[in-house]
Amino acid sequence: MERTALLRRLTWQTGTVIATTFETPRVRTITFAVPDWHGHRAGQHLDVRLTAPDGYQTQRSYSIASGPEDDHLSITVERLDDGEVSSYLVDELRAGDELEFRGPIGGHFVWENATGGPLFLVAGGSGLVPLRSMLRHHRATSSQVPVRVLCSARSLELLIYRQELMELAASPLVDVSITLTREAPEDWAGYRGRIDSMLLSEAGWPISAEPLTYVCGPTAFVETAAAGLVSMGHDPGRIRTERFGGTGM
Amino acid sequence: MAVTRGFLGRRPSDSSRVPPGQYVTRDFPVLSAGPTPSTRLDDWDFTLRGSVESPVSWSWAEFQALPREKFTVDIHCVTKWTKLDMPWSGVSLDTLLSAVPTPASHALAFSDGGYTTNIPLADLRGGKAWIVDEYDGRPLDPEHGGPARLLVPHLYFWKSAKWIRGLNLLTEDQPGFWERYGYHNYGDPWKEQRYYGD
Repeated sequence: MERTALLRRLTWQTGTVIATTFETPRVRTITFAVPDWHGHRAGQHLDVRLTAPDGYQTQRSYSIASGPEDDHLSITVERLDDGEVSSYLVDELRAGDELEFRGPIGGHFVWENATGGPLFLVAGGSGLVPLRSMLRHHRATSSQVPVRVLCSARSLELLIYRQELMELAASPLVDVSITLTREAPEDWAGYRGRIDSMLLSEAGWPISAEPLTYVCGPTAFVETAAAGLVSMGHDPGRIRTERFGGTGM
Repeated sequence: MAVTRGFLGRRPSDSSRVPPGQYVTRDFPVLSAGPTPSTRLDDWDFTLRGSVESPVSWSWAEFQALPREKFTVDIHCVTKWTKLDMPWSGVSLDTLLSAVPTPASHALAFSDGGYTTNIPLADLRGGKAWIVDEYDGRPLDPEHGGPARLLVPHLYFWKSAKWIRGLNLLTEDQPGFWERYGYHNYGDPWKEQRYYGD
């Protein structure tokens, strides 16, 4: 049994938007200044609460995209078709706006240096968000844990954090593999097609390395990856999953 | 309460059925902490153990022979989705618990894959909880907890343990998997008991 998270009451607090960047036409990273944030562990999420002029409120959960050591808090939001909150966050929100949220939440899908490895991070689409926080933590702490990352995206243009992934891969301890499922550049040297056991074994670790695996993405992607790893002989107890349900949570 | 500039929102058409902070989805999203276990029905049983004279188990065939109930309920997940009118079928916990006298006040549900969650026994009795093995007239999919899951619709959905294999009946409360990670011990959606201290 791993250590229990310290239980602390979560209160709503206000953050001010200081920057927004589009990762792709539908995906936006929003960075906040939060005066009273007590930090987070890589992989955790937070709850956002929006209030309409008539008092109507709604909430959503988003993985934290920034690393624990970063100065500011970021989330990366994908605009969903018909998304009540995601369309606001991606299209309407701007620097200077205030948002209420509380967190950090979660203690299972987290990685910190002491958790060890070797690490295998498997991401489908926006599932890269909490894994990016882990990679930033890995870099900020000069971790010596070897990491292999496997990202699946529809096309190179739709791969979020492209530039940062390239920079991270410059470390001898971090290997990044990318598979493109819909279209690829003519000179594409990476993988193509949806993940399967072959790809997981090529981009991942041998069974004997006893890796610690984090899989995040849409439900079908996570099911495929996790079931594939288990059928290859990996210990299910060393595989942690986070599914962004059909509703893009 | 701070109004969010530029946010108008959409209101659910039947807000009396949607707890605070939730939104209605037509999907059936999945949340699990690890890989989906696959248990062969030949190896499956459901066990009541703990504060009982001796544990009682039902094999899959024995479980199938128990009186069944079909019912339709609304489900509320702590990750904010609410799904209305979900049709299930299974065995009432009243039926199962009547097989063993127990002084227990609480239960710790346990599942394949190692998941646990705690529920007061009073919340499992009185027609409020089931072990379900069918959703929408078909066998429950593994990613949704099949072959069988606990269903406690009046609490947040993490209390409805997937891949259930039994209840550990206890004379005192003991937190389960998510409860140890800072989620609320009881989890009433109408009181918005999401996290510790709510």
